[in-house]
Amino acid sequence: MAIRVEGINKRFGTFTALNDVSLNVPDGQLTALLGPSGSGKSTLLRIIAGLETPDSGSVFLGDRDVTRVPPQQRGIGFVFQHYAPFKHMTVRDNVAFGLTIRKRPKAEIEHRVKELLQLVQIEQFGDRYPAQLSGGQRQRMALARALAVEPEVLLLDEPFGALDARVRKELRSWLRRLHDETHVTTVFVTHDQEEAMDVADTIVVMDNARIEQVGSPRDLYEHPANEFVMSFVGPVTRVDESWVRPHDLDILTEPTENATEAMIERVVYLGFEVRVELLRTDGSHVWAQVPRDQAESLELTRGQIVYVRPSKARVFSAA
Amino acid sequence: MTAASSATATGARPVGGNARRSRAVRLTVRGIVLLYLALLLLLPVAMVFIRAFEGGIGPVVQAIGRPAFQAAFWLTVQITVITVPICTVMGVVTALAIARRRFPGRAVLNALVDLPFALSPIVIGLSLFLVYGTNSPIGGFLADHGITVIFAVPGMILATIFVCLPFVIREVVPVLREIGTDQEEAAYTLGAGPVRTFWRVTLPAIRWGIVYGVILTTARSLGEFGAVAIVSGKISGKTITLTTHVQERYEAFDIVGAYTASIVLAGMALLVLVGMQLYQSGRLHRGSSDDAPSSLMLEPVSTAGSRTGGGI
Repeated sequence: MAIRVEGINKRFGTFTALNDVSLNVPDGQLTALLGPSGSGKSTLLRIIAGLETPDSGSVFLGDRDVTRVPPQQRGIGFVFQHYAPFKHMTVRDNVAFGLTIRKRPKAEIEHRVKELLQLVQIEQFGDRYPAQLSGGQRQRMALARALAVEPEVLLLDEPFGALDARVRKELRSWLRRLHDETHVTTVFVTHDQEEAMDVADTIVVMDNARIEQVGSPRDLYEHPANEFVMSFVGPVTRVDESWVRPHDLDILTEPTENATEAMIERVVYLGFEVRVELLRTDGSHVWAQVPRDQAESLELTRGQIVYVRPSKARVFSAA
Repeated sequence: MTAASSATATGARPVGGNARRSRAVRLTVRGIVLLYLALLLLLPVAMVFIRAFEGGIGPVVQAIGRPAFQAAFWLTVQITVITVPICTVMGVVTALAIARRRFPGRAVLNALVDLPFALSPIVIGLSLFLVYGTNSPIGGFLADHGITVIFAVPGMILATIFVCLPFVIREVVPVLREIGTDQEEAAYTLGAGPVRTFWRVTLPAIRWGIVYGVILTTARSLGEFGAVAIVSGKISGKTITLTTHVQERYEAFDIVGAYTASIVLAGMALLVLVGMQLYQSGRLHRGSSDDAPSSLMLEPVSTAGSRTGGGI
């Protein structure tokens, strides 16, 4: 089911969390709300869920205006950052909660819960309590619990934020596969650009209570609307007035047209890539990312004088 | 304490003098604590029991059989049975308001709740006397409609509720704050309304706070003396509770009567505490995983001891 928010404003005391925010999330898509902390992304998600009421503006799920509808009646599934497990219930009872509330027949609940536990691969832990699960297992339980009621919209608030790097990667691709199977409209909040790029069809970049740009991961990377988006979705280095991706900064050993002189300050080997930190004649610092074999063939070393030239650069008008 | 436990931690090295000194420190600390508890808690309570049974069990049984004692005992039970549910229900509702709602005057309400702790029970008794006495407008109005509050059981119940008001609230508010609103919000998104969310999610999460609050309320309600004594008027056979009965017997030089009532009071309090411990250990054995917040003090002593390296 498509999500549409229009002209949302939300303040907490003197803090403006959302400033006239409008957004369309098409049906069946996996969308990421990406931004630094305090940018309003979680508030927007909570407003879509009905856990927060906007000061002004409207929320539509499909064609239905749900701005004044309580979360119970919105047909959503919500996964909390810290999973919010019901600590006094077993995993099975946690997952069954929504169905029990809806007074479904016992046999049906049992069947559905079994199916879901299998789907999230924790079927052997049904009789355990949340405290006896690992972080990743708890997160999957929270997902199963949200999916049990067959929501038309699945909302996830920093779903992998509290997990270690390996589990996070695993759950990420698992979420992507799950979405490809179920096609339920999904929105998740993250401050990790790599996570957003990895999982989402569409990324909504937020900063300072506003949406800065909406687009596909590739779109945002190659055609950022402003400096903030450019620096938030990938690495960036500044050459005079223009912003350059470090891998778009060529290093040449001979002077060429448009290339400027620089001295290598540091060469850092990061496995596949090499980071070269340079000092230009005007005293500014830039850095470049070059593949390992190129760094080796150019025999880049500290103190060496080279010439740098951006192959692709962007200039943003001063906003 | 710190010196002792850190010495224990490194004490595995065969440096004899060090280990011996830390052992001495540990035994000294342990001795001081035991002596302190013995002098202040154990000895006085034990003395009451000893004095009560000085003349054997006969006088005690006799004292228990007296109508004055019987009346006092049942009145105390009656007041407690009425007070505890009221304080529990109202306490949970108030705690929810303080911890979950934002409204003007919330800070004032939060401070007001502690008033019974701050005020002397005598002052509480006198203030109730001023409001509900027959000379006051409210007391007069009630008296005209056949309800006597002061020098009667209703006033005694009011005084007990006043005194016991903070216990459940002060136990439940921190638990509510600690569990946060995540679980309740999760229940909302899963389709549960506020009422069902309270019964199925909030209540189970705060039940240990409530249990402990109820125990404190019960103990205080059994043992309240000052406020109740003022508003009761101490009418023999009518408004005498066990605590006032103790005083009255003592002043009448009926030492056995006074000590008998005392040990009954102490016994009731002990029963409440033991009941709580049984309930608690039953829960532990059932293997439920939610932990009562540590502020509830019910941790088995052995874990606390092993964690601090047996410092005492």
